[in-house]
Amino acid sequence: MSTPSRVITLTLDDREVGAHTDQTILEVARENGIVIPTLCHLEGLLPIGACRICLVEVVGSNKLLPACATKVTDGMRVITQSERLTRYRRRVVEFLFASGNHICAVCVSNHHCELQDMAVYTGMSHLTEPYRYPKLRVDASHERFVQDDNRCILCQRCVRVCAEIEGAHTWDVMGRGIEARVITDLNQPWGESDTCTSCSKCVQVCPTGALSIKGMAAAEMKKRKHFLAQYWTLKEEES
Amino acid sequence: MKKTRVATVWLDGCSGCHMSFLDMDERILEIAPKIELVYSPLVDNKEFPEDVDVTIVEGAVSSEEDLHKIQKIRARTKILVALGDCAVTSNVPGMRNPFDTQAVLARAYLENAQENQHVPTDVIPPLLKRVRPINEVVKVDVFVPGCPPSADAIFFVVSELLEGRLPDLSERVKFG
Ligand code: SF4
Ligand code: SF4
Ligand code: SF4
Ligand code: FES
Repeated sequence: MSTPSRVITLTLDDREVGAHTDQTILEVARENGIVIPTLCHLEGLLPIGACRICLVEVVGSNKLLPACATKVTDGMRVITQSERLTRYRRRVVEFLFASGNHICAVCVSNHHCELQDMAVYTGMSHLTEPYRYPKLRVDASHERFVQDDNRCILCQRCVRVCAEIEGAHTWDVMGRGIEARVITDLNQPWGESDTCTSCSKCVQVCPTGALSIKGMAAAEMKKRKHFLAQYWTLKEEES
Repeated sequence: MKKTRVATVWLDGCSGCHMSFLDMDERILEIAPKIELVYSPLVDNKEFPEDVDVTIVEGAVSSEEDLHKIQKIRARTKILVALGDCAVTSNVPGMRNPFDTQAVLARAYLENAQENQHVPTDVIPPLLKRVRPINEVVKVDVFVPGCPPSADAIFFVVSELLEGRLPDLSERVKFG
């Protein structure tokens, strides 16, 4: 059994705020109108702290901590904006761009992409490290959807929504480090998956153009994530 | 007042960034009296001049010719501006990078050609193994991403440079 949640106070930047011990730094920040950028995190899915864009400083800790996956504690002093954080966050975005092949001009998600939004948010005007230009796979075997590894940032939203909400667990991650890829079933073509129900939840939550509806032209793919909110409202009503 | 010596260059790009430059419309008249256009695809001048204040480069570095050009340009320019996604990220020209150059040439000149199938050796400059954004080859002073960047962004950059300031584009980032 987890210990029951208590009410505590902490400071976010220069503000003293109240919170519950079962909340994350991100949740408390959002409640108080403080913006912390996120990419892998999606409300309604379990946080995994994969992308590190939400890093914050906590006074007394020499490590930067992911706001989406760190619980608040009594008296905690959190810094959500600083030059150091801006620099780290921009680096995170740079690495994501460098490790795939992001040709925005011809991408289905151009102008509707959360990775692009993060480039804008962090003011990333160019890369300071060379691009990798890896040779990656496109899987168009599914009747209605396309998966393009070139645009995947390994946020694992697809993995989580499919397992946690749809209950199909079609997606998983194979390999480690820069070799890591998302796969369907036992690395079979998506179109041959026995578990996929073709619900399209993974496509809708994917922050980039890595998952899209077949037949979209550049800039046509707009994602809809509202079903997550609906799902959780239903859950709450049930309980 | 001494005019600012400006050059514009077109490497591996589609000319869209130059078009966007012209989309400034009447604001060009504001800028025109302050600059001396010393080199550009629109100016008949074969050799890139010495002592250029500002060079605006569209396009990525794709061939040995591009590489020699940009090195010479860098040596003769005070402020180098990378204009557009091709110059900043390698963009569409860079889509060939995961493949080797032989495969790319074969695709273009053999597989997709209906007549006269052969890979030219003298008309086109040798391709680099990888298409590079400009800053992977020489130092870039100002980055203006976008495919193309908006006329507003270009106007802002040029105006700032003409005032002797290095433009801060962190609030105006746009890719694609
Ligand atoms: S996924 Fe986003 S960042 Fe990547 S190419 Fe598409 S629009 Fe650009
Ligand atoms: S369409 Fe639905 S079931 Fe199929 S992989 Fe995506 S989330 Fe899972
Ligand atoms: S496919 Fe999309 S949702 Fe899945 S890990 Fe890649 S970027 Fe994230
Ligand atoms: S949003 Fe927190 S680690 Fe990705």
